[in-house]
Amino acid sequence: MTDETSKKPNTGVSRRAMLAGGTALTASLFLPKQLKAADYPTSEVNTTGLAVTDDTVTIGILHSITGTMAISETGSVQAEKLAIEQINAQGGILGRKIEYIQEDGGSDWPTFAEKAKKLLVNDKVASVMGCWTSASRKAVLPVFEQYNGFLYYPTFYEGLEQSPNVIYTGQEATQQIIAGLDWVAKEKGAKSFYLLGSDYIWPRTSNKIARKHIENYLDGAKVVGEEYYPLGHTQFNSVINKIRLKKPDVIYAIVVGGSNVAFYKQLKAAGIDMTKESPIVLTISVTEDEIRGIGGENIEGAYACMKYFQSLTNDNNQEFVKSFKEMWGDDMVIGDVTQAAYLGPWLWKAAVEKAGSFDVDKVRAATPGIELTSAPEGYVKVHDNHHLWSKTRVGLAKADGQYDVVFETADLVEPDPFPEGYQ
Amino acid sequence: MKANALFTRSEMIGFAILACVIFLLLPAVLDTFRLNLFGKYLTYSFVAIGLALCWGAGGILSLGQGVFFGLGGYCMAMFLKLEASTPENTAIQSTPGIPDFMDWNQLTALPWWWEPFHSLGFAMFAVVAVPVVFAFIIGVAMFRRRVGGVYFAIITQAFAAILTILIIGQQGFTGGVNGITDLRTLLGWDIRTDEAKETLYYVNGILLFAVLFAAQFVRRSKLGRLLIAMRDQEDRVRFSGYDVASFKIFIFCLGAAFAGIGGAMFTLQVGFMSPTLVGIVPSIEMVIFCAVGGRMSILGAVYGALLVNWAKTTFSESFPELWLLGLGGLFIAVVMAFPNGLAGIWSEKVEPRLLKLIKKSPAQAASPAQQSTPAE
Repeated sequence: MTDETSKKPNTGVSRRAMLAGGTALTASLFLPKQLKAADYPTSEVNTTGLAVTDDTVTIGILHSITGTMAISETGSVQAEKLAIEQINAQGGILGRKIEYIQEDGGSDWPTFAEKAKKLLVNDKVASVMGCWTSASRKAVLPVFEQYNGFLYYPTFYEGLEQSPNVIYTGQEATQQIIAGLDWVAKEKGAKSFYLLGSDYIWPRTSNKIARKHIENYLDGAKVVGEEYYPLGHTQFNSVINKIRLKKPDVIYAIVVGGSNVAFYKQLKAAGIDMTKESPIVLTISVTEDEIRGIGGENIEGAYACMKYFQSLTNDNNQEFVKSFKEMWGDDMVIGDVTQAAYLGPWLWKAAVEKAGSFDVDKVRAATPGIELTSAPEGYVKVHDNHHLWSKTRVGLAKADGQYDVVFETADLVEPDPFPEGYQ
Repeated sequence: MKANALFTRSEMIGFAILACVIFLLLPAVLDTFRLNLFGKYLTYSFVAIGLALCWGAGGILSLGQGVFFGLGGYCMAMFLKLEASTPENTAIQSTPGIPDFMDWNQLTALPWWWEPFHSLGFAMFAVVAVPVVFAFIIGVAMFRRRVGGVYFAIITQAFAAILTILIIGQQGFTGGVNGITDLRTLLGWDIRTDEAKETLYYVNGILLFAVLFAAQFVRRSKLGRLLIAMRDQEDRVRFSGYDVASFKIFIFCLGAAFAGIGGAMFTLQVGFMSPTLVGIVPSIEMVIFCAVGGRMSILGAVYGALLVNWAKTTFSESFPELWLLGLGGLFIAVVMAFPNGLAGIWSEKVEPRLLKLIKKSPAQAASPAQQSTPAE
């Protein structure tokens, strides 16, 4: 087992070099310089009373494992546990094994706030990997700011936020949206867009940005419709009829959760064949996880725009997918958020080691500029604004529930949580 | 029969014990974090007390008490949010000085109905008045038409669903799914500090006792006895010349007022308000608190809210993946073994033995007052 885990990605050394090492002992010679706890006395690396001992450091995992959000958040929990196990197999952080306390947010925002407070005040965890929905993040944010906790938040979200106590490992809205719209306008010659979304802050803000971009930056393009439906809505026939009348080039869909299942099935049932691309369906809310619910055959031909797809072929990702399936089973799929959640513990490790301390203030100071070459999505870097520089990709949904990556931005896209001209 | 006294002796003991638990025991054994959690649980007991009156005494089962809890909470949250949204704090927005979620939703001015909530006095008035007005409208519409029982329960549940959808749908005005978050100060007093949490806990405790005394007063009054009579034989009360609907409307409004106060205290102690506290699930949970406590007993309602929420927190901390099963098991156990809830355990098992132990009076004096009242 030690041999196995030592092959998993790490920041310093090539995979080939590690595979060459036959035993755990020789493999360890190739590992980056092992940091020994003795070189980092607890009294020095932990001056604020966090849960750090001479051999361990405790962090929190705070996601919903019960309630309606459990199905979405489970992947994040699994990815975080995988990252923790891999880090421990490499010797931990500053010579200390990571232990975690897992709390259940129960898909209930007050519970998230309660558990966040428990983790910070009672358990004194050094950092927290957690939250998924914007609502849960908004609920815990004052807690993290008050008690100076440090949260790694994995979901792509609407932006308009930049807390000193949160690292946003998913994309903020402009990163995810603009590249995809440019792509569909340039490659597919799209001129008219129909915006559609579930009725809450993320789809509304995202569509606001999309509309501004379409109207102000895409030559001659226009928005022909914009509509919202309550969370959990399952009757999309009327909007599908409207879409047929307006004949847009692109249906830009930000439908979330269970509504997705109804939306794509009804779209198909109404005779809109997405593989024919008239109209093109472009979504930013359907990852491989959601396709499991929708059914690959119902969404085949749609395009999704996000930063990560399970089908990415780089070495980091193949290694990551393999380890993930080894740990959690072969039938697992990995979506964008799961990958972003996987980055959390690694980014934290890098920041702690750069700071030489677990103190939140020092880790925060060390965080901007942290790079991760081993990320499954490829190279990422933390911006001064606590979001990640990352590439944006467009995937074409296939019947088997995976995406073919058809486009990827040449450079990393800069995160811009408060975009000028898009407000 | 000492009908004029506010308390029987056994109730007096119960009140005294509860006061000791809330004001002495819990603060002594819990750190600020846990105490704040218990403060949160106690806010639910306001609702449970209201339910003990409506349901236990009056036979009106409302599955929509979360509506009133939420309305009270939102009224308080609106005031706190306005105070937190100073132009300096919100300088980053397109329109500084309005709550952040309005800015995200392209609102450029404060809606007119938010304006009065700049005043704490108005907000405190609204915390009680808004739930009461809602309850009054529902009550008049239902009870005047003699809608009762299961139909009434279903309709209240529909109200819970409607209000949730309304709040989520009108997110520019209400904060939507996220709710109203990031509340900071009350007239400049930072409500997020540990000292503030402790102070709020005691304020909460005092308000709770005020509500308990009010509830006890109603129960011991002629109105209280009429309620029980209505629960058992509504037609007989009506034929005796009483206006049944008015009594029902009154008690329903009173329960709503209690719930509104609880909601406001929730917002103050937890620091935000969201539609998840308004909907059907929390409304039913509140009925469960009342049932576990013993629906006849206002003191039982308090203990029920405390026990269920404490169990919820403890189970979910210890067994994050199994806790719902544990909680379900607790409900089943209580309902199967003790249909009268915690109050039943107390009055049937604990109290008689206790009295025997101190040998002050024969056991029959200990039988709970409400059992003898309807037979009067």
